[in-house]
Amino acid sequence: MKLLDFLSPPTEAAQRAGPGNRIVLSSRVRLARNVAGFAFPGWAKKAERQRVCELLREAVVRQPQMRDGFIATLEGLSALDKQILVERHLISREHAAKGAGSALVLSRDERLCVMINEEDHLRMQALLPGCQLKEAWLAIDELDTGLEQELDYAFSHTLGYLTACPTNLGTGIRVSAMLHLPALVLDEQITQIIQAVNKLGLAVRGLYGEGTEALGNVFQVSNQMTLGESEIEIVERLAKVVAQIIEHEENARARLLENRPKMIYNHVGRAYGILANAHSVSSKEAINLLSLLRLGVDLGLLPDLRRTLVDELFMLSQPAHLQLRHSEKLSAEERDILRADMLREALREVRRPLSPPPAPPVDKPPAT
Amino acid sequence: MLCMLCQKKEARVHLTDVKNGKIKKVDLCEDCAKAKGVDDPTGFALADLLLGLGAGEELTAGGTEGAEPACPACGLTQSDFKKAGRLGCPTCYETFAEGLAGMLKTMHKGTRHVGKVPRGLKLGREVQERLQALQRSLEAAIAVENYEEAARLRDAIKQLRENPGAVVAG
Repeated sequence: MKLLDFLSPPTEAAQRAGPGNRIVLSSRVRLARNVAGFAFPGWAKKAERQRVCELLREAVVRQPQMRDGFIATLEGLSALDKQILVERHLISREHAAKGAGSALVLSRDERLCVMINEEDHLRMQALLPGCQLKEAWLAIDELDTGLEQELDYAFSHTLGYLTACPTNLGTGIRVSAMLHLPALVLDEQITQIIQAVNKLGLAVRGLYGEGTEALGNVFQVSNQMTLGESEIEIVERLAKVVAQIIEHEENARARLLENRPKMIYNHVGRAYGILANAHSVSSKEAINLLSLLRLGVDLGLLPDLRRTLVDELFMLSQPAHLQLRHSEKLSAEERDILRADMLREALREVRRPLSPPPAPPVDKPPAT
Repeated sequence: MLCMLCQKKEARVHLTDVKNGKIKKVDLCEDCAKAKGVDDPTGFALADLLLGLGAGEELTAGGTEGAEPACPACGLTQSDFKKAGRLGCPTCYETFAEGLAGMLKTMHKGTRHVGKVPRGLKLGREVQERLQALQRSLEAAIAVENYEEAARLRDAIKQLRENPGAVVAG
């Protein structure tokens, strides 16, 4: 089966809702595991890597959660397929760069994805919409427990799960929440928040993880330490911090609306103006402006616009997703024009933002 | 500007690393840069950058002098680790244990694993440690030819292995 026939179309993917997705776009828990008796993927010879890949693929597809899933070797995927998977946050950019001897298995519901021979033999993740960190942990824990019955994991009683990089040693867990924080950025509080979060031993990264910029006011918060703390402690600590960041963002939104309403109306109005009328928009500009439009929806300024449509446009504005809608290979300039066409068309029926909004926002912050 | 390492010569090699919004600058003289492998752009001690300056040093200090020790299972050496910032295989954690210990301390909350244990290995940490202690006593008993004690210890080990939940006396 081809990847594009397997993946849900963007409209459907954008419909997936989760608790608190007004601010928390998605929750992810990733586990790193290796098999005893083999070198780690980065150091292993090609033949060994391929043997491990085979062994692991068989074990992964036997798991009930992965039934009817999508299975592919990395050399069997086109560059466009790989980029689509990165834009959907299903594989890492590092994994996308791999070829022979690496593979991936994606569950039918697209919630579970196992990367084989990334930096470690196994990198398995559960990706859920909205704020569902604990649920994501439980889902991936279950898959891992199934796998450990078939595989002989590299494990030490003192050091825990042994990983290629000592930074993942112990639990091998990376818990992360993807947060949309436009008001904290507009209110210029974000640097302080990031510093405070860093002090708690948590990392703040951009849209595509390590080393990427925070496009569209989207930030990933994740744990850095993996040894000396149990999985559930890490999940709960992160959940607590995320709840606080949500509160800060909600407060910033309320405060800005009260004290500097014109500033908010100006940003949302300009974002609407450009997205609904421009004839050439880069993916970076589109994503940054869609973030402001999403804020407008959250604040009740755009009653015609659904958040799911903004999320869909967010996905469709990214280069590979845009290329997908066109058969011929597009240049960057052509993409910018077609992106603008798509955005104008999608916003054709949407009336310009209100100012001031008629009533307070309908959405309530999630009770946590 | 003086070299950060020798503090004597003028720094000629400047490296900047941005991590989590924090900028870390490393300024070295040509000799120190060469000694650290920085003059070869592909061979720069990535472990130093990833894990903080001095991390690679600690690893080297942990090894024996002269020939560079390599992991018996996969052949990885300390300079390989410094270059890539990744270990070669699970056994590397034993091979380079000494050097890694300090690094883990600065990197993580603790140095002992707390959390999930694969079901197959669920003998439990305490039972595992107790088994090791019994094993050591057994070896000691054999060494002094105390076969009566050795037989008793052998039975205790057997019992503990077969039924880790039961309380084993002595």
